[in-house]
Amino acid sequence: MSNSNLLTIMTFLPTVGAFSILLIKLLKLKVPERTFYGITIATTFVNMLLAGKLWSEFDPNGGVQFVHHFVWIREFNIEYFMGVDGISVSMIILTTLVSFLAAIGSYNITKKPAGFFALFLLLETGMMGTFCALDMFLFYIFWEVMLLPMYFLIGVWGGPRKEYAAIKFFLYTLAGSVLMLLAIIALYYTSKSMPGIELTMADGTKTVGDHTFNVLSLQALGQAGLFAGANPILGIAFSKIVFVGLFIGFAIKVPMFPFHTWLPDAHVEAPTPISVILAGVLLKMGTYGMLRFNYGILPEAAKWAAYGIAVFGVINIVYAALVCMAQKDLKKLIAYSSVSHMGFVLLGMAACTPQGITGAVYQMWSHGIVSPMLFLLVGVLYDRAHTRNIEGFGGLASFMPEYSGLTGLAFFASLGLPGLAGFVGEVLVFIGGWGADASLGNFQPLVMVSVTSVIITAAYYLWTMQRMFLGKFNEKWSNLNPNLTLAERLTLWPLAVLTIVFGIFPMPIFALMNPALHELARIVVSSASA
Amino acid sequence: MTAGVSLADLGHFLPELILGATVVSLCLADTLMDAQSPRKKPLGLLAIGGVFVAFLACLDSSGEMASAFYGKIAIDPLGSFFKLVFLAITAITILTSALSKELPERNFGEYYTLLLAVTFGMFLMAGSNDLLIAYLGIEMVSIVSFAMVGFRLRNKRSSEAALKYVVYGGAASGIMLFGISLLYGLFGYTDFTEIHHALNAWGVQYFEQGLATGGSPFPITLLLAVTFIFAGIGYKIAVVPFHMWSPDVYEGAPTPFTAFLSVGPKAAGFAMLIRIFIGVFIPEGEGTGFSAENGIMDFPFDLPIPALLGCIAAATMTFGNLAAIPQTNVKRLLAYSSIAHAGYLLMGFVVLSESALQAVIIYVVFYYFMNVGAFTVCQAVRDLTGSEEIADYAGLGTRAPLLAVFMTVFLVSLTGLPPVAGFIAKFYLFYAVIEHGGYWFWALAVLAAINSAISLFYYFNIVKAMWLRSAEDETPLQVSPIYSLICAAMAIPTLIFGLYWTPVSEPAKEAISIYRSPKPAGIAEAPLKPQEPTVQIAESK
Repeated sequence: MSNSNLLTIMTFLPTVGAFSILLIKLLKLKVPERTFYGITIATTFVNMLLAGKLWSEFDPNGGVQFVHHFVWIREFNIEYFMGVDGISVSMIILTTLVSFLAAIGSYNITKKPAGFFALFLLLETGMMGTFCALDMFLFYIFWEVMLLPMYFLIGVWGGPRKEYAAIKFFLYTLAGSVLMLLAIIALYYTSKSMPGIELTMADGTKTVGDHTFNVLSLQALGQAGLFAGANPILGIAFSKIVFVGLFIGFAIKVPMFPFHTWLPDAHVEAPTPISVILAGVLLKMGTYGMLRFNYGILPEAAKWAAYGIAVFGVINIVYAALVCMAQKDLKKLIAYSSVSHMGFVLLGMAACTPQGITGAVYQMWSHGIVSPMLFLLVGVLYDRAHTRNIEGFGGLASFMPEYSGLTGLAFFASLGLPGLAGFVGEVLVFIGGWGADASLGNFQPLVMVSVTSVIITAAYYLWTMQRMFLGKFNEKWSNLNPNLTLAERLTLWPLAVLTIVFGIFPMPIFALMNPALHELARIVVSSASA
Repeated sequence: MTAGVSLADLGHFLPELILGATVVSLCLADTLMDAQSPRKKPLGLLAIGGVFVAFLACLDSSGEMASAFYGKIAIDPLGSFFKLVFLAITAITILTSALSKELPERNFGEYYTLLLAVTFGMFLMAGSNDLLIAYLGIEMVSIVSFAMVGFRLRNKRSSEAALKYVVYGGAASGIMLFGISLLYGLFGYTDFTEIHHALNAWGVQYFEQGLATGGSPFPITLLLAVTFIFAGIGYKIAVVPFHMWSPDVYEGAPTPFTAFLSVGPKAAGFAMLIRIFIGVFIPEGEGTGFSAENGIMDFPFDLPIPALLGCIAAATMTFGNLAAIPQTNVKRLLAYSSIAHAGYLLMGFVVLSESALQAVIIYVVFYYFMNVGAFTVCQAVRDLTGSEEIADYAGLGTRAPLLAVFMTVFLVSLTGLPPVAGFIAKFYLFYAVIEHGGYWFWALAVLAAINSAISLFYYFNIVKAMWLRSAEDETPLQVSPIYSLICAAMAIPTLIFGLYWTPVSEPAKEAISIYRSPKPAGIAEAPLKPQEPTVQIAESK
């Protein structure tokens, strides 16, 4: 397998899996009950191994690698262009890992399994493609391709209010992405060759009409100041309005206050494995997109918007943490805690210091490990008790010791206990935010406000632990299975181990993404003000 | 322009002649056949054979550039492109009609005759290079359609629909005829080419004089003429405020014909709009019109036509989408959705650039696949369950999974989500609007984008019913394999063109390239006649 095909194979392997499931279904083959589950686990496992290969062969200082590049539609200069840098590799590893664990975690999907697993695999294709695509058109297609499987996965296999949650998720994301589409078209139309930046296609020919969707070319043009000087749109500076268009599309996915309301609904109604993917990977696409496109292509507008992003980040952090305090549904609590934790990503990104931006992406990474674990844990309890009402439990610590221990670990990781994965990202964001360049505005009050969330977060997690695991055991639950099943252990323990490993030894991830991230931060800070 | 009608003219007119011959032979065969003998199959075969031969003839002449019958009919890639689309929709309609349970067996002779007559009318609309031919085409389509809409005999809804269609159609064509007479009065010609020359030769002077002296009727008359003509076409393409007929007609007409109506005459209307707006009003000479760097055509005299169309487009798509939300009947929902799509398409005429019109043509083709597909599923479900209500689509995903999958593809495409054809169509349109740039165009683009997000909601009402709800009666439906085949024939291109659409976008580009200046070869020889206008407006002051 040549390296140029690796990303393509990783992206479309799940599609192959999905189609083999559909084919089995279409031909009405007699297969054992668990075949589709097995195919999904096998596919995601192979993808995880390939991600390991990618990681081992990737050179963090080598820029964009594993490029697969050819002309797709010449008329619009659309190319099939896959390639990864350090940021994308870290996200791809996370995607394959979370997908694999979510696949194992789908053991109790018995309703229409063929449909579920086919859609699940298509979703993985969409996620992989989004992180690999380096052509904006291709990126947009992968970005949108995820919506449909997600709609059905929530809508068909979800909880009581699944219809509402599914369409709400879809409408919110689509409303954002149509704005994004307009912004992408505007970028395309404004792009043109500049001295030293010749726009060419994969086969070396000149682009039609001298426009391009090539992200690397667009970044080079943006960093050379093309978009900063383009004609204004609707009376507002071009780069600012395009930035906002893209940003809203991504912010809805993050989700950033005030666009976050779809998330609790989607999470509460989604089946456990889908919650896992939603929290573990999908939310990161928003912040990934911001870094790749908003920051990379429109650095001067990013500088202009940095303070605003930071303010919204702080609102996310504090507001969502306060909302968590009021939650009675465990899954909803964890959903809101996701909103709060993604706020740290926004704050760290906005600060644009090496520590801040590394902290932001590390937070994406650690949240990608911790929040799937939390959702899996909720799933474990819900499968047994068929309720998620925090008040309804009590004294579980003595009844389900293994479960309580793992939950405790996940809670502490999520609230940022030093030594666990959540801590590294948060503390780097605080440090980075405090040292933000003065040209971006005064970040110190923002950091001070956001630090309060550490206390609020500790409060809601500890209080939840107290209500669920301590105190008097509710005898109603004495006939539940106190032990974890094999599938549950297989999903929870790896995450528990990773939580600890990446809490005390974050260097592999830092080494992977820092060169790319520090360069990005430097570009934004040093760009001329918009 | 040749002197007189020659045999070559007939050669150019071959696809139309074949259609005409098929119409006549259908009519004769129907009359000669025994009253009791089945008509569906033999006459259907005859009709589809005629369509197929016409298709081949059309394909054969698709690269030609000529004009026939004193320049009244234009033969060019633009016309051929649309004619191929018309034949494709007619062929599918013949098939779906034969499957339909709404149509009485003994009337199939008339049905096919009328259907092909409508197609003939659409050919005239797309090929017209003369106001009168255009009017003739539009009337031929309208009048025959009235009969087709009311084809479900003794069905109240069908009759009501037909009556509504007649009343609105009569009013619209009257207004259009008035517009035509105004245009004739101004220039003394009905021929598009001649009007175009006249406009560029001395129309400018008159216009400026009219503005300078003030009170001269020339500018306002020209504006009124264009607006009135647009009213007639607007009725055919169902844009606000000429849309009122369409929900009732779509719901009342036999489903196969509704599918036909939602694509065929609409596409013909857009073809005619291109013929009139570009053919007549494109500036003449080197470096103007589509040959200019950005390929944008400016409407002459700063007539506020694009602004007017922009408002209509905005109103149409917003109204169509909002009105579709509360619909519970699938056909009615698709009627409002087709109003919304006409709004999107009209954006192309607001921009009036080469890429915008290319987008319009691409949109028409993709719209054909997705909309006809959706109506075919609707008809299949109606045949099986007897209902067109969204509520009765519940559980279709388990009862008839293949149909439900196809319907989902069509609805996703109508919403405009990648990776299916509908997205590409919208992408081309949005691109054209943004390429033009400018305050109002950005506003229009944003409005259209928001509208396509809104449309998700009602399209997915159907998807929700099919997949998320379960039916009370879970027995699998026995879908006729022909329905599945037709749906597949519509769904597979919808999927493929979503990923690779060069086979459509290139011919579309070629079709619209006839308006690149200098003038297209076929019409270019026409001599420029500096002739005084018949109505002496300037002196009438």
